[in-house]
Amino acid sequence: MNKFHIENLSLQYSDGAESLRNISLEIPRNSITVFFGPAGGGKSSLLRTLNRLNDLSDMTNISGTVLIYDDTGNSLNILDPKIDVIALRRRVAMVFAKPIVLPLTIRQNLTYSLELAGERDKSKLQQAVEQSLNQAALWDEVKDRLDDPAVALSGGQQQRLCLARSLAVKPEVILLDEPTSGLDPISTSKVETTLNNLKEEYTIILVPHSIQQAARIADQAAFFLQGELIEFSPGRSIFTHPHDKRTEDYIEGRFG
Amino acid sequence: MDLTIKSSSTRRNFIQKAGFGLLSIITFMAVLPILFIVLHIFIKGLPAISWEFITGFPTNGMRSGGIYPAILGTIYLTFLATLVAVPLGIAAAIYLAEYAEDNHWTRIIRLAIINLAGIPSIVYGLFGLGIFVLTFKLGTSILAASLTLGIMTLPVIISTAEEALRAVPNSFRVVSISLGATRWQTIRRIVLPQSIPGILTGVILGLERAAGETAPILFTGAAFYLPQLPKSPFDATMALPYHLYVISTQVPGMPSAIQYGTALVLMVLVLSLNLLATIIRSRARARRQW
Repeated sequence: MNKFHIENLSLQYSDGAESLRNISLEIPRNSITVFFGPAGGGKSSLLRTLNRLNDLSDMTNISGTVLIYDDTGNSLNILDPKIDVIALRRRVAMVFAKPIVLPLTIRQNLTYSLELAGERDKSKLQQAVEQSLNQAALWDEVKDRLDDPAVALSGGQQQRLCLARSLAVKPEVILLDEPTSGLDPISTSKVETTLNNLKEEYTIILVPHSIQQAARIADQAAFFLQGELIEFSPGRSIFTHPHDKRTEDYIEGRFG
Repeated sequence: MDLTIKSSSTRRNFIQKAGFGLLSIITFMAVLPILFIVLHIFIKGLPAISWEFITGFPTNGMRSGGIYPAILGTIYLTFLATLVAVPLGIAAAIYLAEYAEDNHWTRIIRLAIINLAGIPSIVYGLFGLGIFVLTFKLGTSILAASLTLGIMTLPVIISTAEEALRAVPNSFRVVSISLGATRWQTIRRIVLPQSIPGILTGVILGLERAAGETAPILFTGAAFYLPQLPKSPFDATMALPYHLYVISTQVPGMPSAIQYGTALVLMVLVLSLNLLATIIRSRARARRQW
């Protein structure tokens, strides 16, 4: 069953930087989908379209259809300007390249979005803190210092805290934009293991920071080049037997 | 060969040392006038300071007694000016830093704020006289003087507060919004708490200016001499800077100890506000998490 249905999506920024041209794509649920390709290819733009974070950028033109399905099969048109964007962002959470913890305590970082949504029940908040930290494999490391400033954590811990923070609102989808680009190999492998466990419950879409990571983690992968979707293949075959010459060239390191 | 290199390097060392020496002497000379003024006022004014001087009324045509009404008046004026300027200033800064787009309109606003900061204080005084005292019929009163002082401090508060808000990394805003916050929730929960020390510094610096100014209150609320304390914001009041001007130039046979004592009290008041701002700023910097 699909989570997102993307049809003829085109997008342009006013400064003419990155853009998307006629993207059509079905993203299945409960799996890891990887968007990869050289910089400026449109991966991040597509990612940011899925929770309308693009609203913060200066777009001149966006057209096409992007639908998100819930468990009962109902769909919502993400590009519809009239939808409740805040509700959408609770369903589609985002983790950024740099671990950006809010200047609050570890606990407050995790309860931030729940409190914004109006949750006041202390025991529910505590439960969400514990559960999300466990899911992000961080609980054991921070359980004794939940009320310390989050910035005191190491880079790898901060990124797992950001992941936990996204999970705390119980979203349906987690978008990750090069989440391990600033991390050491051990922290990276912790995050990847965590993501592999999380896909049982969540739809995960990831822009990897290397082709190796893409190959390690992808259930299906999409190759983007200069705003176009070149190839989209289920499974990992795209990394061993790409159909398109351009994909092959990129994977073999001839450019990018 | 070896020797020439060595001698030229000692020569360069000497030039470097002499250069640094010269620069530090010039720097010291810049500090010298301030040191001189502060010390001079302290030495000459300290003998006049006593409990009676701080808490008593002027007597004998202000030639003896205390300056309590002037101290209290300055505190009233500064406090009321804060009430006027701080909410307005912070609201304007939030609008400019967080909501306003960069267009003609906001550029005009910014230009106006910069120009407002450069207007001579006597012009503010006359403006206050025309608008608050005469047009709004507030009379020469604490209220009219505070409004004038408040407007005069607005540009300082707006520009420091805007700067403090802009110093908060934009990534915090993006993350907060991606977590389902509205723009206003982001400002209230993340941006404002992070910029409060910076805003406070600006507020205090603005007040310090308000507390020490004579010209804006000259026509709007300051009294030459009052035998009793003001009873409401609609009364005129004595104030330290104006009182100092009066006893320095308008009263014949004035003992200089009282003049220096008054100057000392005003200076300590203003400098302690300045010190407070410095302490807040350095403590906030030490605790900042970004």
